Amino acid sequence: MLKVLKAGFFTSIQDKGRVGFASIGVPVSGVMDFFSSDLTNHILNNSLDAAVIEITLGACKFLFLENTEIAISGGNFSPTINDKPISINQRIIVEKHDVLSFGKVKYGVRCYIAVKGGFLSEIKLGSRSFYRNVTKNFLLKKNDIINYNTFDQDLRDSNSLIKISKNHFESEIIECFKGPEFDLLNKEQQNILFEKSFSLSIDNNRMGFKLNEIVENNFEQILTSAVIPGTVQITPSGKLIVLMRDCQVTGGYPRIIQLTENSINILAQKTTNNKFKFKLIP
Amino acid sequence: MAENLTYKRFGEKAILIEWKSVIDDFILNDILIYKEKLLVNKNVDFIDLIQGYNSLTVIFRSYINDFKKQVSILKTEYKSTQNIKEQKYYQWEIPVCYDLEFGIDLKEISQKSNLDIQEIINLHSEVVYKIYFIGFLPGFLYLGGLNERLYFDRKPNPRLNVVKGAVGIGGMQTGVYPNVSAGGWNIIGKTPIHFFDLEKEVTCFAKAGDFIKFKSISLEEFYHIENEILKNKYQLIKISTDA
Repeated sequence: MLKVLKAGFFTSIQDKGRVGFASIGVPVSGVMDFFSSDLTNHILNNSLDAAVIEITLGACKFLFLENTEIAISGGNFSPTINDKPISINQRIIVEKHDVLSFGKVKYGVRCYIAVKGGFLSEIKLGSRSFYRNVTKNFLLKKNDIINYNTFDQDLRDSNSLIKISKNHFESEIIECFKGPEFDLLNKEQQNILFEKSFSLSIDNNRMGFKLNEIVENNFEQILTSAVIPGTVQITPSGKLIVLMRDCQVTGGYPRIIQLTENSINILAQKTTNNKFKFKLIP
Repeated sequence: MAENLTYKRFGEKAILIEWKSVIDDFILNDILIYKEKLLVNKNVDFIDLIQGYNSLTVIFRSYINDFKKQVSILKTEYKSTQNIKEQKYYQWEIPVCYDLEFGIDLKEISQKSNLDIQEIINLHSEVVYKIYFIGFLPGFLYLGGLNERLYFDRKPNPRLNVVKGAVGIGGMQTGVYPNVSAGGWNIIGKTPIHFFDLEKEVTCFAKAGDFIKFKSISLEEFYHIENEILKNKYQLIKISTDA
């Protein structure tokens, strides 16, 4: 078991999400950054569907109540075990009563903790991903207990550090395809969309990121139709909304572009201080 | 089935299929039949299907390497004429208490529209609504059939907390909030029925293609039904229909 000593800003359990329930309006959810979460599970030889803890901007603390192995990837929030700094992107052996803490944010927005065999929180509609009104909790709170299976050190596994290209955190290019309503955009609007630098507004969460910059338009709403993570909607006020993992299954704003899966992962690590540009790929 | 459909690539793993841009029962039925063929025949390797008023989005298991080929497989499915098992569609009777205690915007829309409150209740509860699809929130039904006299604009400032079970009108639409949520619709009543219940074997009893009929009930009946539901004794009324 793992006990939450300090919950941080927005900490939740996530796996690859709830697939196949659009017909009853249930969002997919799942980890915001597949790349980093997959990495933690790879390091531990877990299934890539194993549930991990998603931490937003650090500031949390956990107590391990059983021996196991963990891996941390994604944003670097200066993790320590019993106040001793540990590396990210590496297998780490933890013992009963060890305390894992996160401190100063070095880079990134979201980091992932995987445990050998995965965290074993409740499964609802085929997934452990937290989501309001589907799972009992949508956030981890102080004193919450999460189960995992005890695991004693496997000496055959390597402890080698995996080098991750900083590009995942520093890239300012967000690749996308044309969205279903792309053709509504005239040349000038397309120029703005692909020339201008964009940034996240403070109105950003697991459902979607509202951007600061404006693309003026007089588009009408569309008949409500599917939206998926990575869909970029344009509102009548010209604001763009990039839908993320907890997005609704349908929406009524024109869908002008669709991010690639990798770009969703990259965007999940951006703060309101970062600038980026959209780039259309064929 | 001579609909001229368009097929658009929607990111790495999805294809959006679109019908003419209107809200229409014929289109809904065509979408439901198409969906059924995909579900029954299993010739397309999809992991989910997302319905809209005039669209069906196919989410594939993996990256679509050959878009044209996938579209041609989908078109073959659409054209196939084999008999698919007829889905059964139901009409669900949903008790709604339109008392002013729950219908917190009834007075305001009554004043704006020159309809008295009883007329609003009658117009809202006499119609059989068709469920076009479910979206927005888990268990939120998109209903067609609202009487034009009940078209009321959304509130300029959405409420942060609309209660679970609230029945509202937003523009040309009416519906039920399946859970507490922010929302801008005019609230005219409340139902004790749960539209999204993970404790039940069937999480959401209603499906696209089914019908909803609201039935006006008193405050006393509301609390009675609420209590029956709590005790797991309440039996929702459903009628078989020919879709």
